[in-house]
Amino acid sequence: MSAETTSLSAKADPAHRGARLLRYSSTRLLNGLLVALGAYTISYIILYFLPSDPVEIMLQGGGDGLYVTPEQVEAARRQYGLDGSPLAQYLTGLLRIASGSLGDSIQFSAPVAELISRALPPALALAVLAGIGAALLGAGIALLAHLTRNPALRVLLEALPPLGASVPVFWVGLLLLQAFSFGFRIFPPMGNDSLASLVLPALALSVPSAASIAQVLSRNLAEALTQPYCKYARMKGCTHAQVVLRYAFKNALPPVVGMLGVIIGGLLTGAVVTETVFTREGLGRLTERAVTFQDIPLVQGIVLFCAVVFIVVTLVADLLVLLLDPRTRRTLGGVAS
Amino acid sequence: MTGESIANRPLAGSADDSLGTLRIRLTTLARLALPLLAGLVVLTAFLWAVFPEVFAPRSPTQALASARLQPPGTAFLFGTDNIGRDLFSRVVHGAGVSIAGASLAVLIGLVAGCMIGVPSGYIGGRLDEVVMRVIDTLLSIPSLLLALMVVTALGPGTENAAVAVGIAAIATFARLSRTQVLLCRSETYIEAARLAGSSSLYTLARHVLPNIAPTLLGVAVLEFGLALLALAGLSFLGYGAAAPTPEWGSLVAEGRNYIAFAWWLTTLPGLVVVTLVLSLNYLSSLLVRR
Repeated sequence: MSAETTSLSAKADPAHRGARLLRYSSTRLLNGLLVALGAYTISYIILYFLPSDPVEIMLQGGGDGLYVTPEQVEAARRQYGLDGSPLAQYLTGLLRIASGSLGDSIQFSAPVAELISRALPPALALAVLAGIGAALLGAGIALLAHLTRNPALRVLLEALPPLGASVPVFWVGLLLLQAFSFGFRIFPPMGNDSLASLVLPALALSVPSAASIAQVLSRNLAEALTQPYCKYARMKGCTHAQVVLRYAFKNALPPVVGMLGVIIGGLLTGAVVTETVFTREGLGRLTERAVTFQDIPLVQGIVLFCAVVFIVVTLVADLLVLLLDPRTRRTLGGVAS
Repeated sequence: MTGESIANRPLAGSADDSLGTLRIRLTTLARLALPLLAGLVVLTAFLWAVFPEVFAPRSPTQALASARLQPPGTAFLFGTDNIGRDLFSRVVHGAGVSIAGASLAVLIGLVAGCMIGVPSGYIGGRLDEVVMRVIDTLLSIPSLLLALMVVTALGPGTENAAVAVGIAAIATFARLSRTQVLLCRSETYIEAARLAGSSSLYTLARHVLPNIAPTLLGVAVLEFGLALLALAGLSFLGYGAAAPTPEWGSLVAEGRNYIAFAWWLTTLPGLVVVTLVLSLNYLSSLLVRR
């Protein structure tokens, strides 16, 4: 930690600065590895230590009450590495993951990694489109709220983000289905293939993320507009729109980029509900099935995957903030907290 | 908050005084009316939860075969479902399960979070560093996923879903209470109390906790709304209340099969959730001054 907080002198030459940046990134990467290890530990504690017996759940599956012989239980215990002491089980699992295997799903009897990678492309398409939609929607609402001179419109626009944060995603999805699939019959109510089938789920999924983007951006814009440089720009003769777009927006943006990790996390988990509403295949649907069938290795694999995505995206976002905001470069520890 | 930021903006040449006073009157009215309205919504929801029989016109489970899929109207305020049960009565009776679940979740998150965050911030040092590492790790798992993991381990059910949402909220409360304690610890009155000879445990109980309580309460109100949303999501996916029990999330899920011709079955229970969560968010923003 102390290495990161040393201030980077303004006079430092580019090569020196590059070395600092490299050291900062590698420290963060190491940190990320620790967090990933922690995520594995937490998932292990929750999934394997809570009162239920994982092997029993696995063999009973969806509760179909099959009779299981003690020999079968023993065989399953050995197969999933659950036959030693808790510590031995924990270490076996860790070694297996370190060697690149997430284990086998019980419900689908296939490797977890393969199931995730097969569910990934449609999930990615949905998340990317929803992410773009959220960015446009969120930034649009926040900017318009500060650009308009009409107080009524401004109040209305400022009321939208809290509203967006208060609606359940599945409900938005169902309303959209009602209006555009069964009412006007513009978009198909379900399916995986066409681009048209992607529009409504992406829109539903983007609502909460758009709300949080708009909330943070709006707060930052309001703060930036009171700063001396905005007053100075106004005195120079810039119009209100110029001040907002050229000066305030530029300074209000970095913190929004910094929350990229949280936004991606929200999109990944929001997909669980969205894909169920629109009967799409994807990572969310896989998660829903894994939880319904109490498929512990699959749930753990998905959790680890999402945690790693979160860690990587947060690191990239922090580096982006360094790139966007010269002020944070002066103290490289500034974005670490 | 809105009024302040508008007032701060330099208004070039606003000579229109009558319009100005009208606006001031309207904002004062809004300042009083909105909190009252939000409070009323929350109060109503809690009354529904405690005395559902008083507010529900009919039984939530008894089906009227002659009145299947009736649209909202004077006879049935929210319409009826596919086997002729009164939707409004089901929503009123569902308040108890949803609100009890969210209360349990917030209680778990608040108590466990403070038990981790307060000592961590107050003692500081090595302990604080380790605790914050654990919290950062917990926050790297999206909260719905954390909740789903607990549901996987415990199995579905109303209490289990509430416990899952509560566990997912622990990290948020731990981080918040730690930051609040840290901020409070460096205040002059804490130093004064220490100099006056009060023990560190006494200072914590007498000076620190009362000062951080309002913020924690405000965030707890916000988290209560988020817990309602999370629980509705979990029971929409089928991990909450079992079939005949009315619950807000599962009511929406049941209506899903009739979405093409009975809009009220999904729209109206969802609207009740949105109204309550929005009111809670608003009240929380009044309690937590940032």
